[in-house]
Amino acid sequence: MSIGLLQAHGCHGVSAVKEGQKQPPAILSGETAITVALAGQPNVGKSTVFNLLTGLNQHVGNWPGKTIEQKTGIYRQNGLTMNIVDLPGTYSLTANSPEEVIARDYIIKERPDVVVAVVDAAILERSLYLVAELLPLPAPVVVGLNMMDVADQEGRHVEPEVLEAALGVPVVPMVATKAQGVRELADTIERLVRGDIPYHPRCPQIRDDHQVVLDEILALVESYVPDPYPADWVALKLLEGDKEITAMMRRALPDAIWDQVHDVLMAHDDALVAVASGRYDWIGRMIRAAVVRPQVGQISLTERLDRWATHPVWGMGLLAGILALVFWLTYTIGAPLQDALDTYVVGALADRTGALLANGPEWASKLMVEGIIGGVGTVITFLPILFIFFATMGLLEDMGYMARAAYVMDRFMHLMGLHGKSFLPLFLGFGCNVPSIVGARVIESRRARLLTIMIAPLVPCTARMVVVAFLAPVFFGQAATLVSWGLIALNLMVLALSGMAINKIAFRGERAAFIMELPLYHIPNWRTIGLLVWQRSLAFLRKAGTIILVISVIVWALSALPSGDVETSYLARFGRLLTPLGSLMGMSWRMMVALLTSFVAKENSVATLGILYGAGEEEAKLATILGTALTPAAALAFLIVQMLFIPCVATVAAIWQETRSTRWTLFNLAFLLVLSFGTSIIVYQGARLLGWGV
Amino acid sequence: MSNNITALSNLAPGEVGVVRELAGGWGFMSRLATLGFTPGAKLIMVQNFGHGPLIVNIRGTRIALGRGEAAKVYVTKKQTSEE
Repeated sequence: MSIGLLQAHGCHGVSAVKEGQKQPPAILSGETAITVALAGQPNVGKSTVFNLLTGLNQHVGNWPGKTIEQKTGIYRQNGLTMNIVDLPGTYSLTANSPEEVIARDYIIKERPDVVVAVVDAAILERSLYLVAELLPLPAPVVVGLNMMDVADQEGRHVEPEVLEAALGVPVVPMVATKAQGVRELADTIERLVRGDIPYHPRCPQIRDDHQVVLDEILALVESYVPDPYPADWVALKLLEGDKEITAMMRRALPDAIWDQVHDVLMAHDDALVAVASGRYDWIGRMIRAAVVRPQVGQISLTERLDRWATHPVWGMGLLAGILALVFWLTYTIGAPLQDALDTYVVGALADRTGALLANGPEWASKLMVEGIIGGVGTVITFLPILFIFFATMGLLEDMGYMARAAYVMDRFMHLMGLHGKSFLPLFLGFGCNVPSIVGARVIESRRARLLTIMIAPLVPCTARMVVVAFLAPVFFGQAATLVSWGLIALNLMVLALSGMAINKIAFRGERAAFIMELPLYHIPNWRTIGLLVWQRSLAFLRKAGTIILVISVIVWALSALPSGDVETSYLARFGRLLTPLGSLMGMSWRMMVALLTSFVAKENSVATLGILYGAGEEEAKLATILGTALTPAAALAFLIVQMLFIPCVATVAAIWQETRSTRWTLFNLAFLLVLSFGTSIIVYQGARLLGWGV
Repeated sequence: MSNNITALSNLAPGEVGVVRELAGGWGFMSRLATLGFTPGAKLIMVQNFGHGPLIVNIRGTRIALGRGEAAKVYVTKKQTSEE
């Protein structure tokens, strides 16, 4: 791991530009390992650079104690092993979000040997802001000047050598989407740690009017700053009003000194903007030096596309069209693949296993075939559908379209006290609720994230739609399509109303700020999308292999014990206890049990009905039995409760992991139970009153 | 150039403004300042339909802002949109 030979050599005295600083004392030679942290703002192509360096040689986990994804990987050359840590994408290093705290804590506490700052040459001004924040930290910075091709197209020519001279740190021009410059980046890192390149960063200055204040604060706190924080950096963050650093110093400082510091800060509460201005002034100087033709008023492709894509009317139409296309693709390609997987892989495996265990005890073969293969196998057959859905979503994300979708949906999301960004994770939920709940991480405020997670299970996932697709034609024949669309519409309506209600009651109608970058459109990078799909699918498979496996076995056991007969099983006994509740919706105990088993995986309800009505695996037979056993009103009530019911175990586990709150998880379950049964009862009783379908 | 300070949300599409002041809480101001909304920064209104969110171009980036957020950014209008 990190040898830490490269000692601190940020800009000592954040305030003053110190030129001609001594270069890093570190001279590494021969075989050795270093740590390289990858920093960058969102949408600058940082993950593409990370993927190019590490390939599939990467590990995805979580940052310790956080629900934020941490990616690490390894790159080797000339006997030098680089442990590459992908820091979360952040616009700055001020404690506005957990991501920003993670990124800066990592650099300060773990002291990577090199920090690579990936910047976008096409929006150099904005993306250098992070560099301005990185330079004062105690780790040498190499700038990866990415998207050189886009910058040229946009009519801005950036000169890397000039920028390098102006910044005083190595600058490597790159076009990561075409794999250009990655080798040079690695070489530069190596030459820097081996001491072959001088390192004299020129740091941003605070505006003159605040220089005195900064010096004053520094003098007060200097001897109390806890290790390993650089004192001048802490003074600057205090002046900026950074909540975390302020709290830290309040603990570290004696009361008398804290009072003095506090007085100074209160007298300069506008300093936050002054510090940011100082950084932008510094950036302005870099830009004037290094950008040959500053932006002219030409209309770029992005602007032309956005006239349609962000228009309140056309944009909505475009979004609807794109979503319809995504669904069409997903089901047209995915459904036949799912059938094939079900027949030739899962079915064949079940047959093979059954034959193998035929001579063993009956329970063992049943456990394997019905419990394990039945439970996990069905879930795995969803993989093709999810795969296609994730791929199309990944494509839209990578091209830059998803930000536009969020923008267009912002008006609608406002009704729930949410803003546009919540639309993205919710939409992922049409594929599977699990990635949708994990995806809520993109939302900055905890309140909005919680609310999004609470309503996410109401998005009908593919598994629920499979049940509807089977049952609706059985009960409603010709009208099945209409009923299916009606059910989806009902779910979305209930989702909107629930969002409004939870927002009003639990959050008192507060609203989070909607501030979002609309990145330039770019040509999709297949590598990035491929890896994204791979990782999302893998996460899903991992869940199938662990939690779903365990619960499948438990439910199977409940349905088989004590006598091996479903009708008299524990599960059936419990289902019979629910008969009074079921009768309010016109549902038999069998339907109630089917509903309960859908907790494991939504599509289980069809399988359970098959067993309980004695139709086994034959779907056609089940269809005939069900068609006569249920009135249309009861069937509709069943479909409704099925659509609104508590989500599957995997989703509940995801909710619990992401909210880190048992209270919110239980609230969500209770809320959905009341909601689903309530709506179903209202519909059934209403239909009875009107004398319809009974 | 007029010196009337107005909310960013009052700028019509194509109009150029210069940021004068930010209002709101620390987190909000910090996020905006980070994205380049600092006093003296020039911006162009890209899309504003008079209701719903809007888009501004600032420091070479398109930023979408909610209407309420844009009401907390104070700007002076520039009469000409030339460089």
